This record gives sequence, structure tokens and C-alpha cells, in this order.
Amino acid sequence: MKAFTVSKAATALMLAGLVLLPLYSQLSGNVFILTLFTRIVILALAAASLNLIMGFGGMMSFGHAAYLGIGGYAVGMLAQEGVGSGWIQFPVALAASATYALVIGALSLRTRGVYFIMITLAFAQMAYYVASGLARYGGDDGLTVYKRSDFSGLVNLGNRTQFYYLCLACLFAVLILIWRIVNSRFGLVVQGLRSNEQRMQAIGFPAKRYQLVCFVISGMMCGLAGALLANNTDFISPAVMYWTRSGDLMVMVILGGMGTLFGPVMGAVVFLLLEEFLSQITEYWALIMGPLLLLIVLFGRGGIMGALGRAGRG
Amino acid sequence: MLLVVEQFLNGLQFGLLLFLLAAGLTLVFGIMDLVNLAHGSLYMMGAYFAATFAAWTGSFLLGALMALGATLVLGIVLEMTALRHLYGRDHLDHVLATFGLILFFNEAVRLIWGPAGLALPLPAWLTVPVPILPGIHYPAYRLAIIVVALLVALLLYLGVMRTRIGMLIRAGASNREMIGALGINIKLLYTLVFGLGAALAGLAGLMQAPILTVQIGMGENILILAFVIIVIGGIGSIRGAFLAAIFVGMIDTLGRAFLPNLLRQVLSGAAASTAAPALSSMLIYLLMAIVLVVRPEGLFPANRR
Repeated sequence: MKAFTVSKAATALMLAGLVLLPLYSQLSGNVFILTLFTRIVILALAAASLNLIMGFGGMMSFGHAAYLGIGGYAVGMLAQEGVGSGWIQFPVALAASATYALVIGALSLRTRGVYFIMITLAFAQMAYYVASGLARYGGDDGLTVYKRSDFSGLVNLGNRTQFYYLCLACLFAVLILIWRIVNSRFGLVVQGLRSNEQRMQAIGFPAKRYQLVCFVISGMMCGLAGALLANNTDFISPAVMYWTRSGDLMVMVILGGMGTLFGPVMGAVVFLLLEEFLSQITEYWALIMGPLLLLIVLFGRGGIMGALGRAGRG
Repeated sequence: MLLVVEQFLNGLQFGLLLFLLAAGLTLVFGIMDLVNLAHGSLYMMGAYFAATFAAWTGSFLLGALMALGATLVLGIVLEMTALRHLYGRDHLDHVLATFGLILFFNEAVRLIWGPAGLALPLPAWLTVPVPILPGIHYPAYRLAIIVVALLVALLLYLGVMRTRIGMLIRAGASNREMIGALGINIKLLYTLVFGLGAALAGLAGLMQAPILTVQIGMGENILILAFVIIVIGGIGSIRGAFLAAIFVGMIDTLGRAFLPNLLRQVLSGAAASTAAPALSSMLIYLLMAIVLVVRPEGLFPANRR
């Protein structure tokens, strides 16, 4: 069981690092690292939500960034209209994401494989253009969120540390939820559908219904990430929904290890830190990042989690 | 009337251009089963090569020909160094790896040509308006694009349907193990098909270059359109790609041209002018969604076992 402990140790180290980060930031006076990691935690949440349908459900959504936008716009638009309460903004963000996921999921799940990748992409592009057309809410230029969500004194989103811990708590809550889902009867059915849909149907499970519910849950989780993201940047624009953003999320999931609970979190941390690190040494960071991705695909099966497992086995 | 004819031709021209891009994509997809997101990068490289070579030689045609050759070579090199190793892998691996290639190409272009766009000026003989109907003139260059693209489409059709290589390509699309077993050099065939696809993308890029600015990221928007087209047309089907490309080109162009006026009849002026661009950009995706919902394998699914 040595293999088990190596990836487990790495995961524990990463989680401890995430929890203790504000302490380090405070002691070293490095405020930037806290801002950076708030973004990392939020996108890790989005990647984890994508992993639920991609890794466990076998549904390759190439339009997951749309939920980031929907959650973000729900916060931004309500704030613009004078509704500053987070108790209203966040449920609206979740409800909007769920509605969107329900509609596009019901349509997209009629297709398979590459067609599914493409149709989810197409719907995300539609959402992108809808946001670009919202003249009242900034259109192409985006929308500034002047006031962060107000949780009536329970947490102050304006406080960096408190906001960071809120995001981290959301991430942990979502991870626990995913873990519970994956190990439930529902989760087992969804994973069975990934392996062999025909057999599952033959046993008598309504395949589409199970997949759709899973799709909607994942969308809501990502919508939550979107609502947090808008609060983090104080800004929301259609660019959040652009298809390359969906690509980034996919990269995080695959980089970390698809179908593992903590893989996407690790993928998000490594991807965003690498991006940050490379962009500091050279302006042309993507020149290195691009071929790196190619190499990871060619030689690193199973992502970081897979590599850690192999390292443990020796 | 003038506007209608002109926009109709613009739509046809755009559709044919999209076909060049989609044809390469659908060939690579249908035969090697490779999802190549970097296809748009080849389109961009075609435009950059053309702008550079044209400035260098001082001749538009010479520059275009050299750019065509350069994209062909680039495509072959790309296939032999990187993409060859992806055949037989999961589609998701393709998406990730070629996503990395997009990052690489965009950055490489920024490094070599700088962040500012380039312009590819047309020679004088291509800028004159040509009378096509009594009283209706149309730019010679756009007409030239239509003619060249139609010619290429015809050549492609004859090449695929009437030649030995074309026969092998079709055979490879329907059963790759079998033609390998019959002693056909599959590796070479794949490299050739990829090179052909790259050259077609390069051709589309260099022809579009004088109309738009040559800039970083120009390949990405149009790549998505090309994907929409091959999905609507049915993956692997050149005929489907042709019809879908014309259809999408028309809808996009005519939507942009006439939707604002149509909307103005129903909505207030300000609302219409903001909603129209978003709505016309959405039209294509809406079309694709409808097609996939009604026919999940596209309009003309290639003959698969």
C-alpha cells in the first residue's frame, strides 16, 4: 500500500498548505500570494465541479466556463440593480446555473463523444455572445462590481483573509459533497454509465435522467465558483466565458488526474502557479506552457495523481 | 437589391472560405480520428507567411504561393514531430495537446512578428470593382476568392473520388486496419492527409488576410466556426462540410447584414442595435444545437460501419 501513501501524503501536504497560507501571508507581509491563492482556490472549485461530470460521469463538457460567467453575472447584475445581499445573490447564481445546466444538459445529452464536446462548446459560445450583447450590463467591456456580496456581518468579503477562508470552505464543502455523491448509489450508477451505458440501460436504469442530474449538480457547483470569482475580481466580463477558459479548466482536471477526488485541485494549483511562475521569468510564458501540455499528454498518463501513484510503486 | 446581391455574394465567399478550413479538419478528423484544435493556428500561420513573403518578394501571388508551400511543410513537420503520437489516443488527449499547440503558436507569432497585427496589401489589379450584373459591381478580390475556393473544392472532390490516393483516403476513413493489412503505407498516407489539410487551412488564411488584419488569435474564432460546420455536416464527410459551410457562411453574413433592420421593426432603435450583433453571432450556434438535437450525428454522417 505504499503507492497509496505517496499520493495521500502529497494531497495532505497541499491541503495543509492551503489552510495555512493566510498565516504565511501575514507573517511574510506578502499580500499578493493571498490574492493569487484566492483565485487558485476558486478555479480549483470550478475544476472539481468539471471533474464530477468529466472524470466520474464521462461527460466531456467543453463549455464549463459558461457557469463561471452565469454565477458571476448573477452577482454583478444584482449588485448593479441594488441588491447587495449575498443571501439573495448566491442562491440566484446557483438557480441560474441550474436552470442553464438543465436546459443545455437535456439537449446535449442526446449526443455522444465528440459531438457532446462540440455541442457544450456551442452553448457556452452562445452564452458568451448573450453576455456581450447585454448593453445595460457593460456588454463586451464587462461589468464592475462596486460592492462585494454582503452576508449581513457573518463574513466580510472585503477582508482578504476572511474571503480566502470562505472560498476554501466552499471548496472543501464541494469536495466532501463530490466524495459523498461518488460513493452513493446515485454516483455508482453514474460511473456505471461511464463504463457501459448500454448495460446499465439493460439493467433498467434511466441513463439520461441520472446523467442530467449529475450535469446539473456540477453546473451549480461551478456557478458557485463564478459567484465567488466575481467577488474576487470585483469585475465580470464575457471573457470569463470564452472557450479558452473552458479549455483551461479541462487542462486543470486532466493535469491533476481525471476521476480522482483531489486531482483537479492539484491540477489547478500546479497550472496556475506554473502560469504565474513562467510569466514572471518570461513574457512569452505560453511558449513553454504549450509544449509542456503536449508532453504531459504524451508521457504523463493519469496526470499528477497518476504520476504520484507510479512514483509510490517505484 | 444591390445590397442583397452583395451580401449574398459575401455570404458565399465566407462560406467557401470556411469550407477550405473545414475540409482539412474533417479529413483529419474522419481519417485519423484526430481532434485538431491547432487547425486554426495553421490558418493563422498561412496569413502571417503570406504577409511576410509578399512584403519580401514584392508580389502578392508569389507570396501567396510561397505561403501555401510553407504551411504545407509546417503541417507535415507538425504531424511527424507531435501529432503522430496522438493517433489512437483518447479525444480528450487530443483536445489538451492541441490546446497546448495553440498557446505555443500564438506565443511564437508574438515573439517573431510582434504583438501588433500585419497588413497584406492587395495588388492594384485585384482592387477594381467588377460589374457582375448590369449596374452591380463587386470587388474583384472577393470574386477571386470565390473562384479559387470553388476550384479547390472541385479539385478536392475529383481528387478524393477519382484518384488512387483519394480511394486510399476514403478506404482509410472507413476502415483503417484493413487498408494497413492490405499493405498500404498508412503512416505516409496520414502525413500526406495532414499536410493537405494544413495547406487548405493556410490557403484560407492567406486569402482572408487582405480582408481582415493578420493578427494573433485570428485562428481561434474561425476554428470554432469550422468545428461547428463539420459537426453540422457530419464528421468525416466532405460533402457535408461543403453544404454546411455555405449554409453557415450565408446565415452569418446575412444575419449580420439584415438582422439589425429586422429587429428595428419590432424593438426600439437602441435595443435593436445592441441585441442584433449578439443575436447574429448566436444564430450559428443555435443552428448547430438544433441540428444536433434533431440529428445527433450531423446532416450527412460519413459511412461508418
